[in-house]
Amino acid sequence: MATTLTPVLTDRWDASRSWTLDAYRKAGGYSALRTALAMDPADVLAAVKDSGLRGRGGAGFPTGMKWGFLPPPDGGPRYLVVNADESEPGTCKDIPLMMADPHLLIEGAIITSYAIGCHHAFIYLRGEVVHVYRRLLAAVAEAREAGLLGPDVAGSGYDLEITVHAGAGAYICGEETALLDSLEGRRGQPRLKPPFPAVAGLYGRPTVVNNVETIASVPSVVANGADWFRSMGTERSSGFGIFSLSGHVTRPGQYEAPLGITLRELLDMAGGIREGHELKFWTPGGSSTPLFTAEHLDVPLDYESVGAAGSMLGTRALQIFDETTCVVRAVSRWIDFYAHESCGKCTPCREGTYWMKLIYHRLEAGEGTQEDLATLLDVCDNILGRAFCALGDGATSPVTSSLKYFRDEYEAHVTGGGCPFDPVAAARFAYTPKGLVHA
Amino acid sequence: MTARTYEPYEGAKLERLEADAAAILARYPEHPRSGLLPLLHLVQSEDGFVSPDGIAFCARVLGLTTAEVSAVATFYTQFKRKPNGTYTVGVCTNTLCAIMGGDAIFDELAEHLGIGHDETTPDGAITLERIECNAACDYAPVMMVNWEFFDEQTPDSARDVVDRLRAGEPAGDTGLAAGRDSSVDTPTQPPSGGTADTKTRRKPSEEA
Repeated sequence: MATTLTPVLTDRWDASRSWTLDAYRKAGGYSALRTALAMDPADVLAAVKDSGLRGRGGAGFPTGMKWGFLPPPDGGPRYLVVNADESEPGTCKDIPLMMADPHLLIEGAIITSYAIGCHHAFIYLRGEVVHVYRRLLAAVAEAREAGLLGPDVAGSGYDLEITVHAGAGAYICGEETALLDSLEGRRGQPRLKPPFPAVAGLYGRPTVVNNVETIASVPSVVANGADWFRSMGTERSSGFGIFSLSGHVTRPGQYEAPLGITLRELLDMAGGIREGHELKFWTPGGSSTPLFTAEHLDVPLDYESVGAAGSMLGTRALQIFDETTCVVRAVSRWIDFYAHESCGKCTPCREGTYWMKLIYHRLEAGEGTQEDLATLLDVCDNILGRAFCALGDGATSPVTSSLKYFRDEYEAHVTGGGCPFDPVAAARFAYTPKGLVHA
Repeated sequence: MTARTYEPYEGAKLERLEADAAAILARYPEHPRSGLLPLLHLVQSEDGFVSPDGIAFCARVLGLTTAEVSAVATFYTQFKRKPNGTYTVGVCTNTLCAIMGGDAIFDELAEHLGIGHDETTPDGAITLERIECNAACDYAPVMMVNWEFFDEQTPDSARDVVDRLRAGEPAGDTGLAAGRDSSVDTPTQPPSGGTADTKTRRKPSEEA
């Protein structure tokens, strides 16, 4: 049976003025909040645990279990921090979600805060998306005006404030402990774990950090029940998620489907690879997840199956490249990104990404050597698992996977004196190259 | 020593900034330092970059040293250490956009404007930047003007946008993505939030 789309998070995106409280309520919004507020907080947590919902920000940690790690209340504050720092290359689901349906996130944040006993929640939004920031501010103000935030939420006697906080351009702040340091007004650098944020997070207090899509999934779990959620997806990867298709595909976009759908099925819905071309390589979950090729078209896109095939489900950011694309050019640009975004705290990541960047630029310029290819693998070996956080690990993913599947292409750069590909063929418009050097 | 390009922190400007700063700090009860990034956005929205006086202002408001404030400001790419042009035009040249045509768009603008990455046109109108992935990959190649999205750009469309901006004309709607409805026709700066956010030289969008 062919898998079909399951619009839940994306269901209201095409509604008129979908971002307004009025439109959200007309579509049934904030009814799950009333249901939740009539429940014991522990029962809300149990429903999320039973649903099997796992973190949608990349790591896939079970959400209910994460909430359950908070120590018993001691009378002091506990925090929810929503990670809206969406910056992983290829990932483009949370920004449109917050743009089209900000009240879904706010409803999820209120329910989650209620479940974990939080009275001040934060939404940490990347700083570069001014219009999304304005929209979230407006939505929070609307919710407060309607009595859904502030003292006595919806007449329940429960109090909650939500602060929308804008970052300032730093990929590392998507890492949860770096995010917390940044939210505390510091350089966004990862903390050593343990202690985990559940024990000592924001301001040293028990804190839950969850991705936007995770929190936005909570209202539907409360409204429809854990069994409904588990009726979609696979046994261990339950529910639905947004699959973001970009690149050389006929109809790129956000496709919300049960976990376990395959790229072949998604491509059927998206009109296939652009006309006259064929799939060469793709990322299953952003640039930090090892590349897949056409041989992986039928891998079920759930946490277990993607892992077993040698990559990670990540953020379901499917960047799709056809045969016109030079894999060395693609990986080179990703390594530029990691070198730029490495926070500099850990030597293997800071130095490793820098030296790999130089090697890639040499390869693309036709000045690379066979020894460079061995050095790339050696550098990756010295980064992987040797830093505080996963940024450096992520940087090694495209390098090692591309060398595994496309070593011939790397060697062609060495023996052929540079890149054998024509960038014009890969672009989505015709143009005449200006012969400028990209370094 | 170059000439100061911004108004001194005194009089009406200082009063306004102090009111904005108080509104920012109110959002972080008992933890004022959490207001540092919003405060840096605030002073940048005033001065066009994080100016020495802006750093001193943040330090004074929070009871930090200027070194502590500078250490934070220099960590984040969005905080500028020299004045940008009226419009910051960022072309995504991360992998996906670069391959879909972002490199060609950047080259076109660099040649057309006669400037490179992180450089400003002599008339002070446009600063050109390479930017990292800004989460709109399904609309590649993406360009941003003062952090508003311009989807599915081409070298011609991008050149047209910067020409209109320099001529003081509206640069048109983006409009392609779900819910994106704002048009860039006035200078904007990154967010500082709250009252500060609505106060800056920005056209009110049709929110709410």
